[in-house]
Amino acid sequence: MNLGLQASQQKLLRTSVQGILRYGVLIVLGTLFIVPFYWMVITSFKTPGQAYLFPPTWIPNPISIDAYRLLWGTTIPFNLFIRNTIFIVIFSVIGNLLSSTLVAFAFARLTWWGRNFWFIVLLATLMLPYQVIMIPVYVIFRQLGWLDTYLPLIVPTFLGNAFYIFLIRQFFLTIPKDLEDAARVDGASSLHILWRIFVPNSMPVLLTVMLFAFVASWNDFFGPLLYLRKLEQMTVSVGLSMFAGYRSPNWPAITAASTLSILPTVVLFVLFQRYFVKGIVLTGMKG
Amino acid sequence: MGVSETTVSKVSQPSVAVPKRLRIKRRRLLANLEGYLFAAPWLLGFFIFTVGPFFSSIWYSLNQWDMVTSMKFVGFQNYVRLLQNDIFWKSVQVTATYAVMSLPAALTLAMILALLVNKQNPIMMFFRGVFFVPAVTSGVAVAVLWRWLFNPEFGLINYMLSWFGIQGPMWLASEHWALPAMTIMVLWSVGATMLIYLAGLQSVPQHLYEAAEIDGASGFQSFWRVTLPMMSPTIFYTLILGVLGAFQAFTQAYVMTRGGPNFATYFYVYNLYEEAFVKFRMGYASALAWVLFMAVLIMTLIQFKVAGRWVYYEAGE
Repeated sequence: MNLGLQASQQKLLRTSVQGILRYGVLIVLGTLFIVPFYWMVITSFKTPGQAYLFPPTWIPNPISIDAYRLLWGTTIPFNLFIRNTIFIVIFSVIGNLLSSTLVAFAFARLTWWGRNFWFIVLLATLMLPYQVIMIPVYVIFRQLGWLDTYLPLIVPTFLGNAFYIFLIRQFFLTIPKDLEDAARVDGASSLHILWRIFVPNSMPVLLTVMLFAFVASWNDFFGPLLYLRKLEQMTVSVGLSMFAGYRSPNWPAITAASTLSILPTVVLFVLFQRYFVKGIVLTGMKG
Repeated sequence: MGVSETTVSKVSQPSVAVPKRLRIKRRRLLANLEGYLFAAPWLLGFFIFTVGPFFSSIWYSLNQWDMVTSMKFVGFQNYVRLLQNDIFWKSVQVTATYAVMSLPAALTLAMILALLVNKQNPIMMFFRGVFFVPAVTSGVAVAVLWRWLFNPEFGLINYMLSWFGIQGPMWLASEHWALPAMTIMVLWSVGATMLIYLAGLQSVPQHLYEAAEIDGASGFQSFWRVTLPMMSPTIFYTLILGVLGAFQAFTQAYVMTRGGPNFATYFYVYNLYEEAFVKFRMGYASALAWVLFMAVLIMTLIQFKVAGRWVYYEAGE
């Protein structure tokens, strides 16, 4: 009896030590993960003079919004970059949602010759490195005269995205068949069934796809880098890389631009954490 | 699209005059037509933007082409030139070094983080968020931000090192420290991998841990003997994705170093980008793309072969 008590006490001690250790490590690592963000934000509120102090200060004094003002000026039209990016993002989110939902429905619920074959092909395209097709795709857009327009960034989103199709299909498969059968008996068309039954019942996955499409389009760097060359067309990411590449970088302004460029995605993540997590766990894709 | 769909379904209503066999045939035809119509956006995109380019890039790689003058067929010359090119070999070496340096570190950290936050309570939800947030921020913003953190004179990292009396290196400006700096940066973005591991951890059957405990296994032993084997398919999956990702590294080189100093961060895809879109040597760049594709394909196949030895799949799955 005595022995048993000792053993349980030992176990209690061990778990509480483990708990303290766990939280200690978490706090240290968590701080290390947050500090870069903190550093970015406080640098953006410093004056250039303050940013180049050694040792650096942890709290800007005075708090200056000059850097943000600079971004709204004419030398670096960052406000314009934001507007351009929002324009592209809106279309690409709509495009991805529409096309991927349609195609996912075909893979999940319609019976057609070659469906399983095409589904394997769809999954296989996920493994294809983009670099292999990048040059011919560029040549196609060039021949269409689409360079220096947003079309190369928008039009392909209306042709479905393998990741999103896969995600939505998996969700559609879980929707009970009874609902659909009842509607079919009443003579409803497939499009009607998709719109009236599947879409309203799939809001979580559609929200996930919407978030992913938003983040992917907002953060896209390679696309705008290849297809846009005029300053007034630039997007947030290319604009940011451009003016971070200046000879004598103005770090408060650059960190202010970085802060603005990550703000929308971070806010969306904080609001919809659950949906991000679902999507990543299902596909292993980064947001 | 909308109009054609409704007509399709109207036609598919059986009409009395047509014999039964024909009716079934016609219904099947219409079902096929409908399936292909719904899948049409992706099929169209697949043929125009994947299949076509896939084959034309083979053709480009056998030609010399600057997009201004007409194409000139040169056979395998681009591939021969590539193998004799020092910059090509340097970029291969840089990319391989980067993969070997960053992947084990990133996967290990992701596993540690997943183990740490593997409890259901609000505090853990908070920490999961903290570790994941860098993964949703844009690659450019991350690269720009870390360039500032790695600034040798005014950057946070060398400042923090100075607390311990360490004189920090020149980081991105140093041939030796540029790649390690990028590895440190990658560790900051392991949040997605952490989430995948977390899902894996939560699907390990609880009874296995209970059995291990009854057998007197320590926490470490049950991690080594239960968790790791059960997680091996997940780890394998992230390893494949990681190799693919490491060989496609581009943004950090473009934003942070422009491949420098002295080609120390001249990643494979950065080289490809320079050849294609700065020097407009489309044929040579296509050859580079195909060599990359083949290399990635072979590495993936090798990983699948080796996987039989260490990846454990539960019977019946």
